[in-house]
Amino acid sequence: MTVESYEITRAKPSKSSAKEPSGAKPLRRINPTRIMLYSVLLVAAVYYLLPLYVMMMTSLKGLPEIRLGNIFAPPMEVTFAPWAKAWDTACTGLYCEGLKVGFWNSVRITIPSVIMSITIASVNGYALSNWKFKGSEVFFTILIFGSFIPYQVMLYPLVIVTRELGIFGSLQGVIFIHTIFGMPILTLLFRNYFAALPEELFKAARVDGAGFWGIFLKVLVPMSAPIFVVAVILQVTGIWNDFLFGVIFAGVKNFPMTVQLNNIVNTTQGVKEYNVNMAATLLTGAVPLAVYFFSGRFFVRGVAAGAVKG
Amino acid sequence: MNSISIRDLSLKFGEATVLDQLNLDVAEGEFLVLLGASGCGKSTLLNCIAGLLDLSEGQIIINGTNVTWAEPKDRGIGMVFQSYALYPQMTVRGNLTFGLKNAKVPREDIEHRVNRAAQMLQIEPLLNRKPGQLSGGQRQRVAIGRALVRDVDVFLFDEPLSNLDAKLRAELRVELKRLHQKLRNTMIYVTHDQVEAMTLADRIAIMRDGVIQQLADPFTIYNQPVNKYVASFIGSPAMNFLDGAYGIDEQPSFTSNNLDIALGRYNFKTRAEDNRPIYLGIRPEHVHVGNAAQEQPFNSDISVEVVEPMGSDTLVWTSLDNQPFHFRMDGQATVNVGDRLPIGFDPVKASLFDKTSELRL
Ligand SMILES: Nc1ncnc2c1ncn2[C@@H]1O[C@H](COP(=O)(O)OP(=O)(O)O)[C@@H](O)[C@H]1O
Ligand SMILES: [Mg+2]
Repeated sequence: MTVESYEITRAKPSKSSAKEPSGAKPLRRINPTRIMLYSVLLVAAVYYLLPLYVMMMTSLKGLPEIRLGNIFAPPMEVTFAPWAKAWDTACTGLYCEGLKVGFWNSVRITIPSVIMSITIASVNGYALSNWKFKGSEVFFTILIFGSFIPYQVMLYPLVIVTRELGIFGSLQGVIFIHTIFGMPILTLLFRNYFAALPEELFKAARVDGAGFWGIFLKVLVPMSAPIFVVAVILQVTGIWNDFLFGVIFAGVKNFPMTVQLNNIVNTTQGVKEYNVNMAATLLTGAVPLAVYFFSGRFFVRGVAAGAVKG
Repeated sequence: MNSISIRDLSLKFGEATVLDQLNLDVAEGEFLVLLGASGCGKSTLLNCIAGLLDLSEGQIIINGTNVTWAEPKDRGIGMVFQSYALYPQMTVRGNLTFGLKNAKVPREDIEHRVNRAAQMLQIEPLLNRKPGQLSGGQRQRVAIGRALVRDVDVFLFDEPLSNLDAKLRAELRVELKRLHQKLRNTMIYVTHDQVEAMTLADRIAIMRDGVIQQLADPFTIYNQPVNKYVASFIGSPAMNFLDGAYGIDEQPSFTSNNLDIALGRYNFKTRAEDNRPIYLGIRPEHVHVGNAAQEQPFNSDISVEVVEPMGSDTLVWTSLDNQPFHFRMDGQATVNVGDRLPIGFDPVKASLFDKTSELRL
């Protein structure tokens, strides 16, 4: 009897209230702070997008139209000829084969450099966080300190080192340099990530008889996708955008896209082909842009997935 | 034969000495619980036994082999961690078989062991799931299974139940006890929970600041704590301590302002000199109330200050000779604040501690 009456009293309110949230729904107010915030963001967005817009428009115009001088106007007559020329036939110094040569050079430099630097740095970070040895902290400090020394100081010594190794002015040379210069920041990145993983996981793997490589490859790497994505973004954009190391260490044959872009834009002979220059610049910037664009979403997803403790 | 012998083990982290000259023997098939407050070095000791930390000094012998410098995998141990420490990217089956594959155990053997462990722990339906899809209790079962499949003689548990809620903890505790009764492995179990310690242990080692205070069966630890720390650590609600002095006129007695408790029947370990300041410790559950109090060698009456009903019993807070005092009553008893009640206890159930050394008399 008591149970029944209990249920009846419960049933009444649940009919109306239990299913839906009740009470007034709070309105999403547009308050002054929001307005401020959005205005600032809008101005910033315009500030960065305007040059892109101008470049895009200019690259699609013919030279006569450019001479009219109205840089904000969209093209009256859209032409892709500047893009074709920039890619295929523009003169980069001695040769007139366009940017495509530089593009493939950059690909040949970037891919091995990214793979090498990330592979080595991830193992470094792992060793430094999980297999501390005598002096490992000192080693790490020195490595980090390395990232504060200006590049210029190291250029000449590195030229000598690469020359002695017989790789100066070659693809291997520039890959070697990129790998070295990626080391401090990437090692820091990986070390901190691995240090934040639960220590007991590492201990469990040791009890399970996994060795240095077994723990790294079978346990840690599979759960470290987010940090590898971050490292790839960092390295691809950094190495693709590099000019200095490319011009010094790669050798004329292997000049990366940035160097060839510079050569196109800075040619002193003939008329300045603004549309070709703009197209060439956009082509060179396309790769890092694409990396941000596509990895951004994956990146956010990776971080969010890691945030929910498994 | 001893399953585990630890000889003069010392461990330092840099300058800080966490374990100092520690000795411990664990018999074969024994369930030993390391009990102590957080930070006292329990996990450190367990990690030393597992081979996860390098000793500063000393030796560890497991099953007659000196394993002081052996790799964890070669010590014949399995370990279960507080945070479960399951490999998140592997299925439950993957977690169970990881160690066996590393040890190159033949495939049929792996299959057999996994099935046996899964059946024993009732995790068969979970074998193809990832740890992220399991509840806390299920995860810890898998972690226990991972130790089980190793087919080792020694299990090490580092607070395996601390991350679970109370109900699950009680369930798994019983299950662990059952498992031990079935397997008869040597188990070393670290916890800061005295209930786990009392219920599971064959022997308990109570640790404080890296030193084992007392190593004995739960019954002895409860009844004859070697010092005040152990006495106050074990038992809930905690033991009462009355501050006073040891007297020896016609017979030994405990005296404070208005109290004179005859200690004739107390089982002295060592005698103290006259007028020595001591504590008299008596557990709340050893205090009798009402008519039963009259029959006790010592009795007095008190006035009730605070009442805490717990259901099964009721805890009453009061003072005895102006010192805080609490005791247990039957849960059905009705007591109100301000009531005067006769109480009494038998000094034979008490524990006396020297006030300076805090050691048992
Ligand atoms: N890796 C370490 N480095 C330095 N000190 C440590 C380290 N691990 C533990 N300790 C210290 O050793 C003491 C004992 O720790 P631990 O064995 O984890 O305690 P428990 O498991 O009993 O809570 C603590 O004071 C802790 O701060
Ligand atoms: Mg611990």
